[in-house]
Amino acid sequence: MSYRFDFLALLPYWREFLWGVLLTLQISATATVSGFIIGTICAIARADGSPFIKRLVATYVEVIRNTPLLVQVFIAYFGIATLGVHVSANVAASIALTVNVGAYTCEIVRAGLQSIHRSQMEAAECLALSRTQIYWHVVIRPAIERVYPSLTSQYVLLMLASSITSQISAAELTAAANRIQSVTFRSFETYIAVGFIYLVLSFVVRAAFALFGQTVFTRRRKLGTAL
Amino acid sequence: MSPIVKLTDVHKYFGTYKVLEGVTFEVPRGGVAAIIGQSGSGKSTALRCINALEAIQGGTIDVCGHAIQDPELNRRALRCDVGMVFQSYNLFPHLTVEQNIMLAPTCVKLMRKPQARDLAHQVLAQVGLAEKAEHYPEQLSGGQQQRVAIARSLAMKPKLMLFDEVTSALDPQLTGEVLKVMEELARGGMTMILVTHEMAFARKVASQVIYMHKGTVWETGSGTMLDSPRTAELRSFVNNGL
Amino acid sequence: MTTSAFSIVHFEFLCWAALWTIGLSAIALVGGSLLGFVIALARISSNKSLRWASSLYIQLVQGTPLLVLLFLLYYGIAVFVGPTIPSIVAAGAGLTIYASGFLAEIWRGCIEAVPKSQWEAAECLALRRSQRMVHVILPQALRIATPPTVGFVVQVVKNTSLASVIGFIELAQAGKLINNSIFEPFTVFVVVAAIYFGICFPLSAWSRTLERTLNVADR
Ligand SMILES: Nc1ncnc2c1ncn2[C@@H]1O[C@H](COP(=O)(O)OP(=O)(O)O)[C@@H](O)[C@H]1O
Ligand SMILES: [Mg+2]
Repeated sequence: MSYRFDFLALLPYWREFLWGVLLTLQISATATVSGFIIGTICAIARADGSPFIKRLVATYVEVIRNTPLLVQVFIAYFGIATLGVHVSANVAASIALTVNVGAYTCEIVRAGLQSIHRSQMEAAECLALSRTQIYWHVVIRPAIERVYPSLTSQYVLLMLASSITSQISAAELTAAANRIQSVTFRSFETYIAVGFIYLVLSFVVRAAFALFGQTVFTRRRKLGTAL
Repeated sequence: MSPIVKLTDVHKYFGTYKVLEGVTFEVPRGGVAAIIGQSGSGKSTALRCINALEAIQGGTIDVCGHAIQDPELNRRALRCDVGMVFQSYNLFPHLTVEQNIMLAPTCVKLMRKPQARDLAHQVLAQVGLAEKAEHYPEQLSGGQQQRVAIARSLAMKPKLMLFDEVTSALDPQLTGEVLKVMEELARGGMTMILVTHEMAFARKVASQVIYMHKGTVWETGSGTMLDSPRTAELRSFVNNGL
Repeated sequence: MTTSAFSIVHFEFLCWAALWTIGLSAIALVGGSLLGFVIALARISSNKSLRWASSLYIQLVQGTPLLVLLFLLYYGIAVFVGPTIPSIVAAGAGLTIYASGFLAEIWRGCIEAVPKSQWEAAECLALRRSQRMVHVILPQALRIATPPTVGFVVQVVKNTSLASVIGFIELAQAGKLINNSIFEPFTVFVVVAAIYFGICFPLSAWSRTLERTLNVADR
């Protein structure tokens, strides 16, 4: 019971922690942006595509949502290598996270699309807007605005889940922690510190999304409703 | 006769917004008070203050000997004396009609199940729904649900009943069956305060009509006051309302 | 390295490991439900410091990766209790904490989704706060809570895979072990994924069915 904490032992490694933070943010940001695009396209395809496309998207979503990210990361890492293409662990990690979060985004955006009332589209048609104009202004934008809080939570979870990619030795925050604890033998302190850093990161990411939402969805800002 | 309910200079704010500005009235035992007035004039708030669902910021309210403004108020004792029925019925959807009625007597008054069941059937008969005991609320019409809500309150044998626009969500025919139950209650000597838009009912049943306007009691009197309003506000309210 | 192909023996090993996945999920769900329920109640309690403490707990659990939480417990137990404690203790504790943090928040939402008028009606019938909770609010919240709770079970089953990082042998770890001996990662992990899918998909489908019936009933 007389364990003596020694956080000072970690201090010399602040550069590695910082580097880990940056790489974690980089991997998460990449996956967020590309996953958002893929997920939105899939959601639209699932709402308006041919029966075959709908089936295909549904399968993608179900397979991803019902298998662990850890296993997906392994399959992506070793699977890409099996194809004879050599990619770094970080690229494989970004690909796995993108595919993963794309499926979740698809489900969330789909719920948003379903919440848009038919009468809205009919009203737009009566104003002689083109089909793409209708889709963009009356369906997609409001749908995404409506599910923006769910998307935010999902992308914060993604940032935290990116720690899993340390298992294929992608260089990010948790991997940095694994390395530092093996050198300093201060495992407990290292993971306390890293847990704290993730906590701060999740607040920062949440705040960034709130800020972004405020600038993009001006109606919310004007009405003063929280995002 | 001593009053059962006595409001004296009651003030109520929501934040900085003043909803009640010195409301004063009293209702004697066995009296039927009808509160009328435009929407937003503070009728519901006044009723909710009487049942301590809202805190008041000034004045005093005495209900069956309970001082509502007292921080030490025994709310459960108050609610044993006061029954309340809402516009939206607020029956418990997961319980049958009988269970809805039996809940409070068994939990609060520790009545045994068989007695509580007898009581439930008795109050259901009183509102004309004896055969619906085993039904769930969603299987009943709005008027029937509202009568069950009344029966649920009656099972606690309250000394005072509060009704907040209990027929506003009902069509005219269903309104009639609920009003009939309320009229019988009044005739049986129950003390009642009701917020209502049914002027004919107020005129016929109420021993006392309270016209609220902008958070105050603007005009008060017997049912005949509606035929000869003294203030311009009540006159225009009565003319537009009928 | 002796390289042999993926065989029925390996598959049997995976199925056996899947039982540990299910067992660990059960531990996490039982522990997480008990703890999570208490925290959900604390979250909506009338006591300010209870509300604050439970909110802090939820933020902590939801703001750190499960992986880091598992490492923390694993090394924490080694430091404070002893290095010979089996890894199922850290894995069970970690997943219990994880599940409690998320279930508490899900259930708080469900309790608050019961209309305020139901609280008020119960209050007007002179029921105590605890009686209102037990007889009026919780039965209704339970109905609302079933679909998202079943949905969360899927998350727990998937996340037990992270127990592999502290050496607990469940499905994912079994996959790694087999891969270390035969080095056929693609085959091995696709089979592992398929087994997870076999456990999770029926649960997801069930959750969706529950949600649909709930929505129809509300109409
Ligand atoms: N919980 C509340 N918070 C803020 N304002 C409220 C609240 N309840 C009622 N009000 C306001 O108080 C005023 C009186 O409301 P109410 O008593 O319901 O009027 P009435 O029943 O006569 O229609 C209204 O302007 C209403 O908007
Ligand atoms: Mg009202």
